[in-house]
Amino acid sequence: MNVRPDPAQLGAPDDGIAKGDLLLDVKNVSLSFGGVKAITDISFDVRKGEIRAIIGPNGAGKTSMLNVINGFYTPQRGSIVFRGEERRAMKPHHAVRQGIARTFQNVALFKGMSTLDNIMAGRSVKMKRGLGWQMLWHGPALAEEIEHREKVEEIIDFLEIQHIRKTPVGKLPYGLQKRVELGRALAMEPSLLLLDEPMAGMNLEEKEDMSRFIIDVNQQRGTTIALIEHDMGVVMDLSDRVVVLDYGKKIADGAPDAVKTNQQVIDAYLGVAH
Amino acid sequence: MLYRTAGQFKTSYHADHALFPVRQDAILLGFILLLAFVVVPLTASEFTFRALLIPVLIYALAALGLNILTGYAGQLSLGTGAFMGVGAYACYKLVTIFPEMNIVVAIALSGFFSAAVGVAFGLPSLRIKGFYLAIATLAAQFFLVWLFEKWAWLYNYSSSGAIQVHNIDMFGITVAGPNATAVTQYYFVLCFVAVITWFAINITRGRIGRIWKSVRDMDIAAELVGINLMKAKLSAFAVSSYIVGISGALFVFLWRGAAEPVLFDIPLSFRVLFIAIIGGLGSILGNYLGAILIVALPVIISALPSALGIPIASATVEHLNTMIVGALIIVFLIVEPHGLARFWAIIREKLIMWPFPH
Repeated sequence: MNVRPDPAQLGAPDDGIAKGDLLLDVKNVSLSFGGVKAITDISFDVRKGEIRAIIGPNGAGKTSMLNVINGFYTPQRGSIVFRGEERRAMKPHHAVRQGIARTFQNVALFKGMSTLDNIMAGRSVKMKRGLGWQMLWHGPALAEEIEHREKVEEIIDFLEIQHIRKTPVGKLPYGLQKRVELGRALAMEPSLLLLDEPMAGMNLEEKEDMSRFIIDVNQQRGTTIALIEHDMGVVMDLSDRVVVLDYGKKIADGAPDAVKTNQQVIDAYLGVAH
Repeated sequence: MLYRTAGQFKTSYHADHALFPVRQDAILLGFILLLAFVVVPLTASEFTFRALLIPVLIYALAALGLNILTGYAGQLSLGTGAFMGVGAYACYKLVTIFPEMNIVVAIALSGFFSAAVGVAFGLPSLRIKGFYLAIATLAAQFFLVWLFEKWAWLYNYSSSGAIQVHNIDMFGITVAGPNATAVTQYYFVLCFVAVITWFAINITRGRIGRIWKSVRDMDIAAELVGINLMKAKLSAFAVSSYIVGISGALFVFLWRGAAEPVLFDIPLSFRVLFIAIIGGLGSILGNYLGAILIVALPVIISALPSALGIPIASATVEHLNTMIVGALIIVFLIVEPHGLARFWAIIREKLIMWPFPH
């Protein structure tokens, strides 16, 4: 069953938002932990179909921003509008149901499970058969299992990880683990995919592979992507628009070329003489 | 050579999702089932049924219940003995309040009581994990055993404070109580255990099993793929306690014939936990292997000298027994920390490769 997936079949779920329209709108969000201000009054938006990069020096609040978007942290002030729905405090599993998936800076896979099971776990929300059917296995539960297995196999083919399908992910090298994690996020068929440093710790070849996957996901599946990355070459090549954070504040927002030449951004990265 | 998998190709996902993708495994299981259902009942003695086969099956079932909670869902529990007690007392009350009720129905229903109690004591798992959760379940252990002692309604106000199983018929055959024959009880327990094991295998390899394992391996990531942690943990507590409760009912009704509260005290919890750990956490087969090692082996060792005609005092045999079993447990854990099930998996792997080393 090694069929090259048809890009048209892999489309992101139709969420009724036209390409280029507002998908996510972050409005004046502030987040602090006690006295530490992680994010101060940040606003930005993500448009349907684009690749949006969030960059900034270490400790700028990038990961906190992603955590706010997928419901892991609740901001003290400000609001988030996703797919036209404003929301305040919510649990991460609600964010998933709304169509937000993410990967982690440090790989967060289920180490005791195989690649296949990890990606299948990404489809848990989409599977419906309850305990009664699961107990019997044969019949509806198995039919559902196979239906989702086919979708998962498409993702496995897409990411070229057929050979590690049944390997426990704890035994895989780092680069492949990152790929499996991307696979798990894709299995959720998100409208918005959040990638937290998808290329951290990779060599040049692995980075090229990963960049290709990100572009393919964006173009073939039409998935909107927001990513954090430190490799500036990758960021400038991949992203449509870049938002730059520093010390929890937004210092620049715009096309990669504009951001690159922004004096404040250069100062943030290189430091300024006082 | 017997285990050669060459030539067994899967051409559909249906075939790949079979319980035994390797043909030899299915043959082996068929052989074991034949042994259990036909050969053993024809040959075994009264003593073998009562001292070996029935307790091994019941303990394996209890360990299976615990394994679902600890091995699959990653929630540590020290309250297994008490949950078995809930099943046993619930079953006792059901058969005394509704004497007409079929015993199979009574046992199956009693599991729901222990499931409810399990969920109630599983609530702390939403906040705490690991050893701290183990302490919380320990509270269940002490509280429930205390309740079995103090709440006289549970044992029908009998003066001894113990519950006594009377003769119970099913379709004209006595299955429980003093008049029941060992072979009937063996078949009864075997059928129960076989069916529940099959259900447990199906649950653990499907969607719910994956959810439990995700929670076990990394709960934060599980939440971020959309798994509701509360539902996942409490369902694990419910299913686990259900199975444990049924094993408790079988424990009293089909094996012991009588029970007092102290029977369900913490040594029973530890015994079941040992079976699950030595058998292998996160495995179904392991519960059976562990039960054979912990429950059957001591019986075999203590029966051995008299069977061979060696004159040793029975006290000496008991001491030797404890030492041998203890040493074996340590040896097995050093050789394979992941339990006997992993041990078998490695042997199987080697058999598939044989005669090549890799």
